[in-house]
Amino acid sequence: MPEDQEVIDLQPATPKDIIGAGHTLNTVTDQIANVVLTGKMPLLWYGAIAAGMGLLGLFGLVVTLLMAKGVGIWGIRIPVGWGWAITNFVWWIGIGHAGTLISAILLLLNQQWRNSINRFAEAMTLFAVACAGMFPLLHMGRPWIFYWMFPYPNAMGIQPQFRSPLVWDVFAVSTYATVSLLFWFVGLLPDLGTMRDGAKNRFQQIVYGMLSMGWRGSAKHWSIWETACLLLAGLATPLVLSVHTVVSFDFTIAIVPGWHSTFFPPYFVAGAIYSGFAMVLVLAIPLRSAFHLKGLITDKHLDNCGKVMLATGLIVAYAYLLETFTAWYSGNVYEQQAFWNRMTGPYAGYYWFLLTCNIAAPQALWFKTIRQSPVWLFAWSVIVLIGMWLERFVIIVSSLAQDFLPSSWGIFQFTRWDLATFVGTLGLFTFLFFCFVRVLPMISMNEVRMLTPQAKVQREETHVE
Amino acid sequence: MLSSAPSGIYGVMAEFDTPTELVRAANAANAEGYLKMDAYSPYPIEELNQALNLHHNKLPLIVLVGGIIGGLTGFLLQWYITVYNFPTNIGGRPLFSWPMYIVITFELTVLFASISATFGLLGLCGFPRPYHPVFNVPRFSLATRNGFFLCIEADDPLFDLDKTKSFLNGLDPKEVSEVAN
Repeated sequence: MPEDQEVIDLQPATPKDIIGAGHTLNTVTDQIANVVLTGKMPLLWYGAIAAGMGLLGLFGLVVTLLMAKGVGIWGIRIPVGWGWAITNFVWWIGIGHAGTLISAILLLLNQQWRNSINRFAEAMTLFAVACAGMFPLLHMGRPWIFYWMFPYPNAMGIQPQFRSPLVWDVFAVSTYATVSLLFWFVGLLPDLGTMRDGAKNRFQQIVYGMLSMGWRGSAKHWSIWETACLLLAGLATPLVLSVHTVVSFDFTIAIVPGWHSTFFPPYFVAGAIYSGFAMVLVLAIPLRSAFHLKGLITDKHLDNCGKVMLATGLIVAYAYLLETFTAWYSGNVYEQQAFWNRMTGPYAGYYWFLLTCNIAAPQALWFKTIRQSPVWLFAWSVIVLIGMWLERFVIIVSSLAQDFLPSSWGIFQFTRWDLATFVGTLGLFTFLFFCFVRVLPMISMNEVRMLTPQAKVQREETHVE
Repeated sequence: MLSSAPSGIYGVMAEFDTPTELVRAANAANAEGYLKMDAYSPYPIEELNQALNLHHNKLPLIVLVGGIIGGLTGFLLQWYITVYNFPTNIGGRPLFSWPMYIVITFELTVLFASISATFGLLGLCGFPRPYHPVFNVPRFSLATRNGFFLCIEADDPLFDLDKTKSFLNGLDPKEVSEVAN
C-alpha cells in the first residue's frame, strides 16, 4: 500500500541484505509500479531528460552536418581512418555487456542479487548498443545504404565478404541487439501484466494490456516462461562473449602492430564487463536515491558490483602487462616499436593516464569502505569509464598512427564534431534511458517478489498424501 | 459425461492468501482427481508444477529446431555465396574456406534459437490473448500483484458446479467465485 512506502524508506537494508527489511509483495509492487503509473518524477528525472534532449539535439545537428559535408568533419585522416568513431563504438558496445552478464550469466549462476538490477541493466544494454550502432553507421559516410552489408539478392551482383571480421561484426552486433531486445521483452511480460492490472486510467490499461499480450500469471505460463528465460540466458551467455570477441577480431585479424595478437578476445570481454559494471553503478546510484529504492537496490548490490569491477579490472591489468611482455618477447621489431611509441610517443599521455584510471585507481575497491560508499563508488565508476574509453582510443589511434613505415606515420587530431558526436550519443543514451524509467518498471517486480519472505512456500505443509 | 456445468461458466475460482495455501489446494485438487485446472500467482511457484503436472513443455524442442535451422542457414548461406554466387579469389585461398564461416554460423544459430524461444513462448501460452474468462473475476487483478488463485475449469470430467464449489470452499479459501465465460 502506498502508505507503506515511507516506512520502507526508513528501514534501509543492512549491508548484507539484497532486499530491505519489511518488504512484502504489495510494497515491492507499489514502489516499482507507482513510479510509472503515477508519473510523479523526481527532480533528477527532469534534469536528466532535459540534458538528454539537449544533447540529442546536438546529435541531430552533427548528423545533419555529417550528411551534408561527409565524414571529413571528423578528425579521421589517413593513416588514422578509425579515430573516435570506432573508439566510441567499442566503448558503447562494451558497456552493454554488463547488462547481459547480469541478466543471463548471473541467472544461470543463480545469483539472486541480480533480480533487482537486471531490468535496468538490460535496458542500459539495449540503449548502449543503439548508441554503439550509430558510429559504424555514420562512419560509413553513406548510412542510408547500410543494408549493403547484409547478403541479399541485388542487381549489382555483389555480396559481402564473409571472410572479413567487419562483416562478422554486422552479424554479431545485430544479433546481439535483437536477442537483448527479445530477452528484455520476455522478462517484461509478467510485469506488463502487473502494470495493466494496476493502471490508473484507461489509456495505461489499454497500452500495457496490449504489451502484456494477455499475461495472467497462470502456472502453466510461468512454467514455460521460466524455461524460456533459462534458454534465452543460455543463448545470451555465449553470445555476449562472442560479441566482444568479434569486435576484437576487427583488430586482431589485421596485421597492424599492436593489434595482431591472440589474447585480444578475453582481454576485450573483460574490459567490456569492467566498463559495463561501471555504467551500471553510474546509473544505479543516482536512481536509487532519487526514486527512494534503497530497500531494493541495496548497499549489497553496490558492493557486489564493486567486486565484479575489481575482478575484471585485475584481468584487464593482467592483459596490459601480458600485451607489453608479448611485444617485447616476440622479438618483432614492429611490435616492439609500436609499444615503445605507445609509452613514449605522441600518445604517451593518454597511455599513462589510462593505466592510472584502469589499473591504479580501482585498487581502492579492495577496501570495503569504498565499495560501500555510494559517492566514492560513483566517482570510481566514472574514472573507469574514462579509462576504458582511453584504452580503446590508444589501441586504435596509436597503432594506426604509427605502423610499419615511419614515412607514412601521421598524428590524429580530433575536431569539435568528434566531440559533439560522442557527447550527442551520451544524450541519446540518457534520453532513451530516462524515457524507459518513465514508461516501464525499471526493476523486475516478479523477480523481486520472489525475494520477499512472504513468497516462500512453507515446506512442511506441502506434503501430498 | 459427469459435467453438469451450465453453459456460460468457465470454471470455479478460489482465492488464497498465501502461496503455501495455494500449493496445498492445488495438491488437494490433484488428489481429488481434477485435471483441468490452473493456478495463478504473481511470480513463479516451483511447487505448483508437481500438482499441475507441468514438468515438461515443448519449448526446448522448438528452440533446438530453431537453432539448427539458424546454424544451417548461416553456414549454407555463406557456402552458397562464397563458392557459387559470388566467388572471389583472395590470395589463392580456397573458395570453401569453412573456418571463416564459423562466426556467422554461430550468430545465426543464436539468433534463430532466441527468436524461436520468444515466439515459442508466445505460441505455447496462446498469446496474444487480451481477453480471457478469468479476467471476469473482479479480484483477479490481484493475480499479478499479491493474489493466489486456483481455478477448476468447467470442461474437467469431474466438474460439477455445486460439488466443485463446495470442494474449493473446504480448502479454506478467502473467496470462491464462479467464472463467467
